[in-house]
Amino acid sequence: MRALHHRTLTFPGPAIQGLPQPAFSVGGLEAVPHHSGALYLPSERALLLSDLHLEKASSYAARGVFLPPYDTRATLASVAVAIAAFEPRQVISMGDSFHDRTGSLRLEPDDATTLRRLQAGRDWLWLTGNHDPDAARGLEGEVADEIALGGVMLRHEPAHRGAEPEIAGHLHPAARIRLRGRGVRRRCFISDGNRLVMPAMGAYAGGLNVRDGAIQRLFDDGADVWMLGDARVFQVSRTLLMPD
Amino acid sequence: MAGDAPLPEAFARWFASRGWSPRAHQLELIAQARAGRSTLLIAPTGAGKTLAGFLPSLIELAAQPADRTSSLHTLYISPLKALAVDIARNLERPAAEMGLDIRLETRTGDTSATKRARQFERPPDILLTTPEQLALMIAHKDARALFGGLRRIVLDEIHSLVTSKRGDLLALGLARVRKLAPEATAVGLSATVREPDQLRRYLASGDPSGELADLVTVAGGAAANLSILQPNAVLPLAGHTSRHAMAEIYAAIRAHRTTLVFVNTRMQAEFMFQELWRVNEENLAIALHHGSLDVGQRRKVEAAMTAGKLKAVVCTATLDLGIDWGDVDLVINIGAPKGASRLIQRVGRANHRMDEPSKAYLVPSNRFEIMECHAALEAVAEAAQDTPDAKPGALDVLAQHLLGLTCAGPISADAAFAEITSAAPYAALTRETFDAALTFVATGGYALKSYERFAKIRLGKDGLWRVGDARVAQQYRMNVGTIVESPMLKVRLGRARASRTGGSPVLFGGRVLGEVEEYFAETMLAGDTFIFAGEVLRFEGIAGNEVVVSRTQAGTDPKIPSYAGGKFPLSTFLAERVRRMLASPAEWPRLPKQVGDWLALQARKSVIPKRTQMLVETFPRSDRFHLVAFPFEGRLAHQTLGMLLTRRLERLRLRPLGFVCNDYGLCVWGLSDMSAAIADGVLSLDALFDSDMLGDDLEEWLQESALMKRTFRYCAVIAGLIERRFPGQEKSGRQVTMSTDLVYDVLRRHEPDHLLLRAARADAATGLLDLQRLAQCLSRIRGRIVHKALGRVSPLGVSVMLEIGREAVYGEAADTLLAEAEEIMMQEAAA
Repeated sequence: MRALHHRTLTFPGPAIQGLPQPAFSVGGLEAVPHHSGALYLPSERALLLSDLHLEKASSYAARGVFLPPYDTRATLASVAVAIAAFEPRQVISMGDSFHDRTGSLRLEPDDATTLRRLQAGRDWLWLTGNHDPDAARGLEGEVADEIALGGVMLRHEPAHRGAEPEIAGHLHPAARIRLRGRGVRRRCFISDGNRLVMPAMGAYAGGLNVRDGAIQRLFDDGADVWMLGDARVFQVSRTLLMPD
Repeated sequence: MAGDAPLPEAFARWFASRGWSPRAHQLELIAQARAGRSTLLIAPTGAGKTLAGFLPSLIELAAQPADRTSSLHTLYISPLKALAVDIARNLERPAAEMGLDIRLETRTGDTSATKRARQFERPPDILLTTPEQLALMIAHKDARALFGGLRRIVLDEIHSLVTSKRGDLLALGLARVRKLAPEATAVGLSATVREPDQLRRYLASGDPSGELADLVTVAGGAAANLSILQPNAVLPLAGHTSRHAMAEIYAAIRAHRTTLVFVNTRMQAEFMFQELWRVNEENLAIALHHGSLDVGQRRKVEAAMTAGKLKAVVCTATLDLGIDWGDVDLVINIGAPKGASRLIQRVGRANHRMDEPSKAYLVPSNRFEIMECHAALEAVAEAAQDTPDAKPGALDVLAQHLLGLTCAGPISADAAFAEITSAAPYAALTRETFDAALTFVATGGYALKSYERFAKIRLGKDGLWRVGDARVAQQYRMNVGTIVESPMLKVRLGRARASRTGGSPVLFGGRVLGEVEEYFAETMLAGDTFIFAGEVLRFEGIAGNEVVVSRTQAGTDPKIPSYAGGKFPLSTFLAERVRRMLASPAEWPRLPKQVGDWLALQARKSVIPKRTQMLVETFPRSDRFHLVAFPFEGRLAHQTLGMLLTRRLERLRLRPLGFVCNDYGLCVWGLSDMSAAIADGVLSLDALFDSDMLGDDLEEWLQESALMKRTFRYCAVIAGLIERRFPGQEKSGRQVTMSTDLVYDVLRRHEPDHLLLRAARADAATGLLDLQRLAQCLSRIRGRIVHKALGRVSPLGVSVMLEIGREAVYGEAADTLLAEAEEIMMQEAAA
């Protein structure tokens, strides 16, 4: 079993305001998980966002299911919180940024403005995902299928090959614990120190329990879990993880 | 004219051949029908209510030529499909014996598509069906032709429908049918209720005359022979199992022909069944019946019951309503009845002959319930009723109905508004809300208008609303109805083997035993044992949509509490009587001695609150400090109160850890000394219980309340926002729960006044959160809290404290729990 780095550091950035953030390392890269679901890489000044699934509601509307059309602004609001917390130099959206191929063309004008403001003054990279193989059509930002950052591969779907360090999304990990008769189910980060799977940030994105085979098979030797709380991230004991 | 004779000859002959004569109310209903009047018939069980309802139809049909064109004459609606089938069977006999040429058919969810189509092409004379089927029929494009010639509508057991969403749906359906058949008269059949006018108004839904239905009442019937079963054993202070009375219950079953044993929850049914078989030395035929059992299993029990092969059936409310189960001569009600009217109706199940008294035993399962049972007996003796009040029609049901109307053909908003407000529950509906519901149906009704191009219904140039495309009608048919099941998981017998990765268990296929609610399954860990389908099972895990269980060795005790919470909270009416009984020592001698002694001890050790007061006790126990309060407002209201109290105590830094409650009181415990906090003035009970908790505190809690989210999900499904079978997620109701929670969060933040949130709040007021009752309670106790600081738990307090370990413990916000989980990890790392 790999030894993991468990330590708490106080990030020196202006917006952290003294709150200790748990941090860990993925393939040697320092990583700070945020309760919005974003992940900050201090050495690269990069903020990673995964599975935003923007315009999911409007995608359903075409099928006659009228979910409240506010998912895009709700999701962008939590992206804004994460950006304000870390003031990153670059932002990488790790795929499935939009729920379908034409999602980026359906953005409401207000939401498009919000997104442009978030993008202003920093590099923005859209990775492609299975829902949005063309990434964000007609929007600012670069597009790539995958990218290496500080020796770690970033891609949408976790690759099943090799020991190459990797950060991915796609699986929407969520964890459930039960204590004293009460259960809490939250989205989470899951990592074994070499590979990390990010939680989905989309307001209407569901979650897959980390005990599910699709996630388990990525982590043969076990993994640690950081659950998203309302005000911070909590690393929870894996002995408490429950199936749904 | 032959019509002037009370009964046509064939009918008079039939009555005589049976040795009967028609009862006064049966003749009265015939006269009412001839006069073209709609009528509410209130009569006790066994009064020949059903025949009274149908006689006018049979007489009219008998007078028609045999070669008449087929046309629907009478529509009968029952709350239960089993009841519709049962009534059809009971009607066929007299019709055949009188040689009447009448076509009589049922239409339920079990009726084949072919038969349903044929019922439109060639309608029967009498159709027996349910509110959901009526909704489907009026949404049919040929509804006008089907109902055009309708003469009569019979609504059975309407007391059981009116205060529910099904009742709202039925009222709208009734208004629609009346519009299509203005000549039709309606008759409602009901058990005794507190407010008959409420039902008369309901029955007038859509009546062009605008008058209340006439009232025909059949007096009392024989008084029921009711008593409390007094066991020899010492009564427990808490709990709901009645294990102490098993020998007496068994003896009573043995001494009667057929006994119905009513319990309040499925889990109690399981427990009771198990315990009865433990003492069943004579192998009496005792069966189990509840809604979660496999359908085939239930049908078998029903058939055996009708055939008179069973000695007793342990059952839940699924057998509450009017079905005639043959020769029942005893009803045993386990636990407290929770409401006087419910008790009267249950007792009516014994003995379907009006002139003989029904016989019933009440079996209180703890000391508080003894007081409640005594209160219920008094209420029954006075024929006092506590049926619930009518409430405004639900908005989610309105939305569903509007789509149904449009599916049948183009509608004008003005005409639809007039028709809908003619239905009693919607009489006070404003045009503004109606328009909001219409917009909701069309495009979701959001302030951000982004779905116009996908509209389900559209307003044409002619001012009429039409469905967008044929798929919409299809969607409507899939989603009709107001019964939203909690997500259920199948219980399958199998052997679990952990998969290599420690993921989902692998199972070897076994038999399906029935279904349990998802939230119940979620409370269990692998290895936990519980009772289901009459046996003790071991929980192995959840695989896909199934709970995998294995059999346990004989003699294994179930570990998971068998009481999963009563469905019905204590009625306000009975609560008031229990408070009065408690406050009057003069009445105690009428209670069993052990209860009297218990109350006397309470008077010595603590305080007996006056009728209008609420007692609060604080005391230390182990290394915790407890606060016990006795509002007597039922568990739902107490649960909400407990949630809000713990929030407030947290804010006061009194470090609450959790709480439990029952129908009578609640207990909060924590790490700070609450007696001291009250003495020092840090904690004011008047402030703690101030009704301002229903403001910001409530709003804050509603954000994360699982009960509120569940309430919202029900509304979203009924209103058609979320399909019962959500696209791409047909396989799992469990993921739908997830999605609607997310939708709730987003909608609440961005459009708090949306129609669906209004619907959910209205439900929360009377439903799972019982806010209305909590509000009444808080204003009742204002300035009337009596506090006693004690060195130890009081005799009354024990009964609430004992719920700890039986009931789920409620506690603080998710983050506190997560922090605790993190702490556990740190300790493991340090070890």
